[in-house]
Amino acid sequence: MKKTAQKLVMGLALALTTTAAMADPAVLYDLGGKFDKSFNESAYVGAKRWADETGKKFAEVEIQSDAQREQAIRRFAEAGHNPIVMAGFAWATPLAEVAKDYPDTKFSIIDMVVDAPNVKSTVFAAEQGSYLAGMLAALASKSGSVGFIGGMDIPLIRTFACGYAQGALDAKSDAKVVSNMTGTTPAAWNDPVKGSELTLAQISQGVDVVFAAAGATGVGVLQTAADKNILSIGVDANQNYLHPGKVLTSMLKRVDNAVYNSFKAGAELKTGFTLMDLSNEGVGYALDEHNKALITDDMKAKVDAAKAKIISGEIKVHNYSSDENCPSYKF
Amino acid sequence: MELITILDILDSTVRSATPLLLACLAGLYSERAGIFDIGLEGKMLAAAFGAAAVAAITGDVWIGLCAGIAASLILSAIHGLASITFRGNQLISGVAINFFAAGMTVVIAQSLFGQGGRTPQLSGDGRFGPITLPFAETLRDVPIIGPIYYELISGHTILVYIAMLCVPFTWWLLSSTRFGLRLRAVGENPAAVDTAGVSVVGLRFAAVAICGVLCGIAGAQLATAEPAAGFVKEMTAGRGFIALAALIFAKWRPWYALLSCLLFGLLQAIAIRPDQIEAVFGFQVQAQFLDALPYILTVIILAGFVGKAIPPRAGGEPYVKER
Repeated sequence: MKKTAQKLVMGLALALTTTAAMADPAVLYDLGGKFDKSFNESAYVGAKRWADETGKKFAEVEIQSDAQREQAIRRFAEAGHNPIVMAGFAWATPLAEVAKDYPDTKFSIIDMVVDAPNVKSTVFAAEQGSYLAGMLAALASKSGSVGFIGGMDIPLIRTFACGYAQGALDAKSDAKVVSNMTGTTPAAWNDPVKGSELTLAQISQGVDVVFAAAGATGVGVLQTAADKNILSIGVDANQNYLHPGKVLTSMLKRVDNAVYNSFKAGAELKTGFTLMDLSNEGVGYALDEHNKALITDDMKAKVDAAKAKIISGEIKVHNYSSDENCPSYKF
Repeated sequence: MELITILDILDSTVRSATPLLLACLAGLYSERAGIFDIGLEGKMLAAAFGAAAVAAITGDVWIGLCAGIAASLILSAIHGLASITFRGNQLISGVAINFFAAGMTVVIAQSLFGQGGRTPQLSGDGRFGPITLPFAETLRDVPIIGPIYYELISGHTILVYIAMLCVPFTWWLLSSTRFGLRLRAVGENPAAVDTAGVSVVGLRFAAVAICGVLCGIAGAQLATAEPAAGFVKEMTAGRGFIALAALIFAKWRPWYALLSCLLFGLLQAIAIRPDQIEAVFGFQVQAQFLDALPYILTVIILAGFVGKAIPPRAGGEPYVKER
């Protein structure tokens, strides 16, 4: 009996070392969940693209609560995964703690900056993509009122709202922007019922284009917008297909590219800070067969002109996160 | 403020209050019979999933509703078994149900649909649509009454009307029928009921089952009644606990339950319209404050500032027959 147990332990240790030897990359999703049709799903798409191209495997985990973050990073680092990609701003605090304990492992965090020698921080210029979304919204709106529905009320989401408001006002100086946040806890990413209510409330205030930057809560926003025959704007991933002809566009954050690039670099991942903005296609707006009829040539010309001006620096889009202040909208 | 704005807020109030009201009445039956139930949240969640999943598969929301009620009833049976038959701690059983529902719904949804713990979006017959009451169109142009009837009273889903009708029915059942009086007695003094030769266990199971049915309808409302169109994980988002707060606020009485749920619904409706509040009162009210108000009010009530909230006397205690 004792011998069997010993063998078991040895076998287990062997199994552990073998997994440690194969340095598969890993991706850790945030609380919204892998299939949120948005931010996290985009990360998954990037990882899967890498896997399909290389035929290699990757490890992944969906956490269920904030308390699991540090544990998840440590387990993946112990198991020898390299690099470890984390999707979501909330990973920053545990990562800052853990990164120094695993100097040989490369970490990559999306949406937040962690200052450590073995961490690559990828931040998106969300305000730039939101600016274009705001322009499109104002140009498509018949009532002149456009809406924004955020998930959890955090600076990152206010950055979306602020860029969106600036874009809308630049496109139509008399546009009215209505903004709501779903809540102040992580539950705000998963409350489509409240998302629907917020949409109805905005419709009653005259809004006829609504931009949802709210994780899975956005599912309710897009649904209600489609039900009530107004236009909606998706976020992070291309959500145009969810309600074809009813989704004006999607503000893209190429989280998939960020994950793909990190996976591709493997253990040789270059650490440091990367900004993904309009100039390197890190953010943008989606145009496909589902929304072709909604975006007129005139709208496209105006938005593309603004895009060029932002890249050249002629238009400065204000970044709320830089000073916690928004000149275009009062929160 | 214009009439149409007020009506819009009240309309939203009714929609927000409906799942609260159903869950609150569910808790009322259970607690009036002496079984505390903090598993309302879990039952609603299981029902929301059951309703949305079956509606998505069959395309018929009525079958979905039945499945939602069945899912909720299964959890009720577990709660009853643990706290009535085996005389376990009712609070612990309730907590367990909440965790169980939060986990199982996601696992089953993932294995059924592979969309990460959500159901596909429902459309057409897969969800409850609004009902236009008779004469709504004709009366629409009548001043004051027309818009109120058309915007506020007409145009909700069938579940909203069911929830509203549950209030007088519950009041009648608990105050005027033999079953209702016995149910209340079993929550106050089960020994007396037992002496009269009525089964305490049977009555308590009946109460827990009614609780399950009502939670089932509440869950179906969240996931399948327009504007909702499907299940996502943790979608109850604390509504079960707000319903418990409403129950205490209502001092375990049906009509007060309606009022407290409408009040909490109104707070939610106002919280999502900060602009309009500012336009009327001239100052900004923090949405966070409005979200917290149901709990603050409940604490005030519990502290005894506004009347006294006395729970059923035998609440929380398993009944042990004397030998």
